[in-house]
Formats: sequence, C-alpha cells, structure tokens
Amino acid sequence: MDVPARLRYSTNHEWIDTTTEPATVGITAFAAAALGDVIYAELSEPGTHLAAGEVCGEVESTKSVAELYLPVGGEIVATNEAVVADPALIGADPYGAGWLLRVRLTDVPPLMTADDYRAHLTETDNGGAA
Amino acid sequence: MHQSQTTLLHPPLHAAHAELGARFTGFAGWSMPLRYGSETAEHRAVRERAGLFDLSHMGQLEVSGPQAPAALDHALVGHLSAVPVGRARYTMLCDETGGVLDDLVAYRLAADRYLLVTNAVNTGTALAELRTRCAGPGTTVTDHTAERAIIAVQGPRAADTVEALVGAESTRLGYYTAAELDVGGRPALVARTGYTGEDGFEFFVRAGDAVDTWRALLAAGATYGLTPAGLACRDTLRIEAGMPLYGFELHRGVTPFEAGLGRVVAFAKPGDFVGRAALAERRDAGAATVLVGLVGSGRRVPRTGHPVVTLAGGTAAEPVGVVTSGALSPVLGRPVAMARVHPDAVGARSRLGVVIRGDTEPVEIARLPFYRRPR
Repeated sequence: MDVPARLRYSTNHEWIDTTTEPATVGITAFAAAALGDVIYAELSEPGTHLAAGEVCGEVESTKSVAELYLPVGGEIVATNEAVVADPALIGADPYGAGWLLRVRLTDVPPLMTADDYRAHLTETDNGGAA
Repeated sequence: MHQSQTTLLHPPLHAAHAELGARFTGFAGWSMPLRYGSETAEHRAVRERAGLFDLSHMGQLEVSGPQAPAALDHALVGHLSAVPVGRARYTMLCDETGGVLDDLVAYRLAADRYLLVTNAVNTGTALAELRTRCAGPGTTVTDHTAERAIIAVQGPRAADTVEALVGAESTRLGYYTAAELDVGGRPALVARTGYTGEDGFEFFVRAGDAVDTWRALLAAGATYGLTPAGLACRDTLRIEAGMPLYGFELHRGVTPFEAGLGRVVAFAKPGDFVGRAALAERRDAGAATVLVGLVGSGRRVPRTGHPVVTLAGGTAAEPVGVVTSGALSPVLGRPVAMARVHPDAVGARSRLGVVIRGDTEPVEIARLPFYRRPR
C-alpha cells in the first residue's frame, strides 16, 4: 500500500500535506481501495472554518458512504472541482489528482508519520472490507 | 459486517479468489469475494461480455423421496409437483401469516428429487422449516451446502463460454432448465438460471471439483472477455434488473404480494399449504405496500432505509415509504432504487422525493426492471 513519506496521516485515513501553503488534504490509498469505486463526492464550501476532527465532506462509493473528517483546524480555501465532476479520480490517484481540499491552517494536532500510519494499518487491517 | 475473519466459512474457491487479488467481505457467515478490481468494470463486463461468480455461500438443500413432490406443495407456496423434471421454478417459503422466510429456486432433478437453492442468510431457517414441514415417511431433506460449490457464468457471452467448455448440450438448455452434464471430465448440474438480468448458467459441482471447474471456465471464456465478478456488482446488477433480495425487498414482515410477486403463490394447487389462508386474505385485501422503482437525477444514491416522501413545492411533505435497495446504475448513469411505499402514493400525479442524509432529492417512479437485456 502506497504511503508517501512526505505526508502526515489521521487515524480516519486522511492525508495532509503541510509542506504546501495552503495545506492539501485527501484520503489515503488504503481508504480509496476500501471504498471501491467512488461515485459521488461532496466537499465543504470554500470559506468554511472547521475545527480539527469536524466533518468536511462525504464520499459515496458503490457500497458505502463515508464522512470525511478534517485532520486539522482551519479555513477551507479551495475544493478540487475535478474530483466533484469525476469522483473516480480519488481511486485513480489519491495522493495526486484525487486531492480534495486546500486548507489555511489554524490548528495542527499531532498527526501520524508515514511509518506510524503503516503501523496503524497493520494493527487495524481486518482484510479491508469496506 | 463486522464478524471476525476467523469465524467466517470459506468456500472451496477462496484461495483461487485470493490469487486473483479479490477483496473479501463477510456475507451471511461466509467470506466471499466483494470485487477483484473495479466493481463498476465487473458490472459492465457482465452486461457487455460475461462475468464469473462464486455463489457457494448459497444453500443447497435436497428434498427427495416418493412423497417429496406432495411435501413441497405443502411446504412452499409454488406448485412444485407440477414442475416437469429438468425444469426450475422460482418460489417462496412463507410462514403461517404469509410472511416470507426465504425466496429460492427449486430444480426438479428427478420425479422424486428436488434441489432447493436458498439465500445464504436463510439456509438454516429453510432447512429447519423443511425438516418440520416435510417430516414423515417418504421424504428426506439433506443439506449439501458444505460439500458442494456453485459457479455462475452470466452475460451475453455466457453461452459461448459454456459451449466452449461443455459443448452444444449446454446451449440447448432452455431458460430455467437444468441437466446433469460432463464439464471437462467432472459431473455437474448445469442450469440456465441467474440473478443478473442476463442470459447465464449456474454450475452446481462437488466442492473438490470447484477449483478445476472455475479455472476451466476462466480459460474457456478468455476469448469472450469473461471476467471474475464479485458480490458488489452482483448487487448492482440485480438492482438494475429489478430483482428482490432477501433481507431488503423481502423479509418475514411482508408477503409475496408486497413485493409484487403474488404470482408465485399457487392457490389452485391441490391440498393446503403453509400460509394459504393468510395469503388468500392478503390477495383479496390488496398489498399493504407496493414495491416501486425510483430514478433520481443527481448522483447521490437512495439507500436502504432512506425515507420516501411526497413533495410539496420541492420540499418533503409526508412520509409514504422507505427505500429497500439503491445503487448508481452503471448502465443508466443515474441513481436507481426500489422502495416500499403506500399504494396511494403511486398515482400518476404523485411527486416523490427521497431523504438522503437530511436532503430531499426528487425522484421519478419508474417501471421495474430498470434494465432489460436486448434480445
């Protein structure tokens, strides 16, 4: 499972790139694989201020609906309109073209490194049934 | 869904699925392939070419003996004694109140022998009910689920695939018929049945022959684009085809009439049968709810349990029913659903919506099935 070292991770399988300004948020390859084909994505509007852990959207796949939780606190400054138009981008390129939100950070709680997240996956992997 | 892996039963093909990269899901106590790659691609493969399914979780119960035909006439709502040898019949097991305990396909293998293929979730219930209802000399009920497997080939190229392996004998099989055939040197019951809305075949084989049969079918279908297909696409295929699934459109709280399937109840057959009085009453009174098709216009999918409401000026007015199943239809490109609604709600002028996580989405009532295969 692809877990890029430059990113930070939440236990809810979101990734965040805090090296860019604003920061970029998406879901991990593990989450995308567990969801299957994503058929719908809804994202919080730009201008929305959210605390860390608040719901910032939902992704719906053939078999399930998953809420997205913002792993950091901040203001949504952009959403990926290409993903809203073609949600399959999330599965095809979760760390690239499938990014979801850009966030101006106000609060960055402790997040997992790539190694931490890999260990988290090993502990929680139950076969990955979505 | 959250049963631990160690308690799940594995079908004989489990390792073969793992080799193909399957993602597994727990279903009715079994670990079954959910999908191998993209479930949408698998769905399209079945509609356009052919898909290969493992259905070994489904129950295989045999009812045999000189009294078997009469016993099944009593136990099930269909007229099983009138089914010719070699033919299959879709039927139901109901309780005394007319509630559906299982919907199943019965294959008459011989004058005195039937194979009943049950929903995995109901195999235990069906076995117990049949043993009670068919008690007495002259009928034996045997559960063969554990020592057999079921493999299905479904899609417009299913006949080509099966003919390549089995020969012309297979393609002479008419719809809803079955025959014992030699499949690459192994005995199998081959039936022209399925649950996808496509032409197709189901192979009932010994557990020890499952892997060889699966591999032989994959090889035979390679030139026709045969693709392994999991339970995720099986669900979207059956929804497009307007077919009920037990636990969703059917359960013990409804009779066949609430699912629009009153035709499966054979009131004219000789003798009494379990549920007869209650079912006759429901037939005369009319179904308490009706099962309808709904088509949405956005991308959000009405799902099991979502409320169906009347619309007044675009907002939800009055609850009239509930969604039983829904999916984004890969063929239509629109959300489709089946819903159980009050009969008064389905008039020509009714405007309905579905409440999806707080938002009311307008839907149109559509005739089922959503998809009918070209012939």
